[in-house]
Formats: sequence, C-alpha cells, structure tokens
Amino acid sequence: MNILVFVECAEGKVKKNSLEAVAFANAMGGNVSAIAIGQVEQTELESMGKYGAKKVLHVADEKLNQGVIQAYAGVLAKAFQDVQADVLVLADSSLGTPVGARVAAKLDASLASNVVQLPDTSSGFIVKRSIYTGKAFANVSLTKPKKVIGIRKNAAEVKEVGTPVSVTPFRASLSDADFSTTIVSSEKATGEVLLPEANIVVSGGRGMKGPEHWGALEALAKTLGAATGCSKPVSDMGWRPHHEHVGQTGVKVAPQLYIAVGISGAIQHLAGVNSSKCIVVINKDPEAPFFKAADYGIVGDAFDILPKLNEAIKAAR
Amino acid sequence: MKILVCISHVPDTTSKINFTDNNTKFDTSGVQFIIGPYDDYALARAVELKESLGATITVLNVGLTDTEPTIRKALAIGADDAIRINAEPADSFFVASQIAAQAKEGGYDLILMGRESIDYNSGAVHGIVGEMLGMPSVSPVMKLDIEGGKAKLAREIEGGKEYIEVNLPFVAGCQEPIAEWKIPNMRGIMSARTKPLKVVEAVAIDSGVKLQKFELPPPKGSVKMVPADNVAELVNLLKNEAKVL
Repeated sequence: MNILVFVECAEGKVKKNSLEAVAFANAMGGNVSAIAIGQVEQTELESMGKYGAKKVLHVADEKLNQGVIQAYAGVLAKAFQDVQADVLVLADSSLGTPVGARVAAKLDASLASNVVQLPDTSSGFIVKRSIYTGKAFANVSLTKPKKVIGIRKNAAEVKEVGTPVSVTPFRASLSDADFSTTIVSSEKATGEVLLPEANIVVSGGRGMKGPEHWGALEALAKTLGAATGCSKPVSDMGWRPHHEHVGQTGVKVAPQLYIAVGISGAIQHLAGVNSSKCIVVINKDPEAPFFKAADYGIVGDAFDILPKLNEAIKAAR
Repeated sequence: MKILVCISHVPDTTSKINFTDNNTKFDTSGVQFIIGPYDDYALARAVELKESLGATITVLNVGLTDTEPTIRKALAIGADDAIRINAEPADSFFVASQIAAQAKEGGYDLILMGRESIDYNSGAVHGIVGEMLGMPSVSPVMKLDIEGGKAKLAREIEGGKEYIEVNLPFVAGCQEPIAEWKIPNMRGIMSARTKPLKVVEAVAIDSGVKLQKFELPPPKGSVKMVPADNVAELVNLLKNEAKVL
C-alpha cells in the first residue's frame, strides 16, 4: 500500500498534528511518502523520516506560501498520482479538511474525515469516524480503490521509528483558476499554544465574571504549557476571541487534560470536549452539570483555587 | 443575485444519541430536528444579503419527506423557494453530488452552507461541490461581504483568521459570527406555507462509503471530588493516577 501524507507547516515548522498523520500512515504499514507545501525549514522536512516517511516531497512556490484551498488540492492530487498512492492521509484542520474534500472529488476517491483510529484492513478497509460531535462513532467501509482520510488529534502516537531522509523538490503545474481566491492578509496569535493542537487546555466560562480576570487562567496555562479556551457565552460577549470558543459550534478539542473553570457544562460545550482524556471541573456550584462529565472536580471559588493550583503544579514539577 | 443555501436536517444539539436495528440506524424517537446550526448561520447571512443587495434565495435539502418541516422553517426565515432531493443523506460525497447536479443548471452566484453538518461532521460537502462545479470553495467562513461582484471573506484558521477575496460565483462553508440566527416571524411562517417546494429525485451515485455500524462511546466513570482546600491532592491525582501531568 502506498500512502501519501499531507504535511502542514506553519511559521517554518511542521505542525504537530501532521507528525501524527505521518505516524498514522507508518502504523498502517504502508510505504509512506510525505509532501509539504510552502515555506518550511529543510531539517523539519528531513526529520519526517524519523516518524516513518520513506520519501519527502517539497513544493517551494511563493504563490503557495499561504494555504489556498484549491491550489493545495491540485498539488496533492498531482502528487497522489505521481507516487501512485492508494491512500492520502491528512490531519483534520481548518486547511486539511476542506483540502481533503477537494482532493477526494478530483481523484474520485472514498473520503472519510474525523477518523479516530487505524483502519481495519483485515477484510476491506474500515475506518472508525467520530460523529454527532463526539457523541458517537460510525464504522464505515471505504470501497473505492483510492481513499482520502482525515485523522483527528490523538489518532496515532508519534514515535521515532527511522532516520531523516533527503527532501525531493516537487513541482505541480497549476492553472490560474486554482488561484481564484486571494488571501489578502491574515492575523494570528503568535507564541501561544494553539488550542486544537494543545495537550492541555485551560478553559474559562461565565463564572470568571469578566475578561479582566483571565490573568489567573493564563498564568495556570503558562505553567502547564497549555492553551486557553472558553465557553460560547464568553466568546459571544467578546471577553475572548472566537477562535478560543470550545464547543459544538466552536473548536472541538481532544487534549490529555481539560481544565474547566466556571463553566456550567451545557451539552453544547461538552460536545467540544468529550474526546479529552481527563477532565477537571472547578465550579462554585456543586450542581453544575459539568461534574457529571468530569474525572475530577473541585467545588469552590475559582479566584481562590486558580493561584493555589498554579503554585501546587509548579511545586510538583 | 441568486443564492443557493444548502441545509441539513439534524438532531437538536441537546439530543441524546442512540441507535436501533443492531446499531445500523439512528434512533429518532424523542428527538427534535432542526436546521443544522452552521447552515442556519449561512441562511441568516443570505437573508441579510437579500435585504441589503437584493437577491433570491433557494434553499436545498437532501432528505426524505420528514425533512419538509425543517425546509418550511427555512422558507419562513426568508428563503423564496425550496428544493428537496428525495434521498437519505448518506454521506458527504452523495450529498455533494446531489447539490452539484442541481446547482449546475441553476446559475447561482453564491452557494452557501454550514462548515459541517452536526450529525456526520465531515466538513467536506462545500469542497466537493466546489470541485464538481469548478468553483472556488472557502471554509470555515466567519465574515462575508459582497462589493461589486467580489466577495470579501474572513476564514477562521487555528489561532486567528485569514482575509480572502474571491470573485463570484463560489461555495462557502459558514460558521458564526457571520450573522445572527434569525427567528421566523408570524408573517414569515404564514407565507412559508405557500412558497414553492420542488421535490426532485436523486441522481444515482456510488460514493464509495458504506456504513457498517454505529457505536456509542464507553460510559464515563464517576467523578472524584477533591476538597477546595487541598489542591495538592488534585495535582497528585493528575500526576500519579490519571498520568496526564
């Protein structure tokens, strides 16, 4: 089985969820080629070999330094054919998911996103997808010869299995139509841990009483190397930016540890966190529904507990 | 301007999910169905554009007769007419193929839908429709303005957003805060009853995706409470029991 992996890059580095995609492809037991598009450090690409890639392709083209969905899909479809791939693996993200959809349509491939574990290939090719916003799973059989699968965070464990490989330049001739969308500018929080990729998330709700109190949450997040998140009301009220909204209609996270402070736990919020490995709930209301979905809980005042927790974690590490 | 808004008919966000028929069918008993929340944002933005620039809005759903109340609600919110493609919305590729087959002859300037449906969460329909129609597709779109045949969009990316310009026509997968959800008023509800709803048979297509079975996650164990004056114990549990620190 030949597998092509789309490696997403940001600020010159390979994104963490793309390492998982390479590891996933390697664990599938195939011959893995990886392809990166745009600006990225050479050593980053070479190191894909450590996670299981036998071959690394790189498309260096100024026009592709930003993630133009159509153009990226064009490059991936071309590379798929060139390496005679059977499966394209990519990490689900704001870029990966829409790009994967277009590639599947171009190649007439079976498509599944939100895949949570390795496919079962004992008879056919069956993948397990997360559905109903994390409330259930569907096992679906992908029956076409070509397949495109998008994987969720934590679908594979990143392990070093090999040594760095050299990088091969790759060219795909694209048409003007592939560049019919223009990315005029972008704004991005820098230096922060990105919420969808974070191993630990510290999230605040209305119980934080106002944006001016976020310092205590951010201090704890900093100690833990965590990303900060929030509930829908908090982002609706403009206390925090929309990209921090965790829940049914916001970001769905799957960290090792999710710490919810002053969030009551509406079912729509739970839908965004139910793939977390461990959930800690801190709330002054002992009846908060979130406790039912938690692994550990503390009933108490957030403003009292947060600094103490921060100190206790510093002491324990 | 002609706008096509594609809506899904999905369980309300507070629904408990269960399956029947040996885990091969969704259990609809006691479940209330709604317009997909993301699709509802797309529809709300379409209605705003209609009010500010003038437009006709056609709403499209792939579903069986039971989705008609959901379609009528979209008409009550402000769509002018509706198309129901008479088939079970099995997967993204199937649904997208139906939409593309309808939209091909429709001459739409804008094809809007949610970034994903909240039942299967694929987030793929807009991309496949775009590819099939040879149009750009952008998702997830959180801002959409139209000025002189050109659209200015904001797309959410991890930790921020991108500002994009694109010529019409194109396909967009929408999300908040592109517009505020609209609640139908009495006049809208009355007029929705007589607005045209065309039923079309589905085109045959092999999407290459076959459901084997559904599965529910294992039940969550009970919560362990830690006294507020002993956060050190919490840290100990996280480190040595849960092993997440």
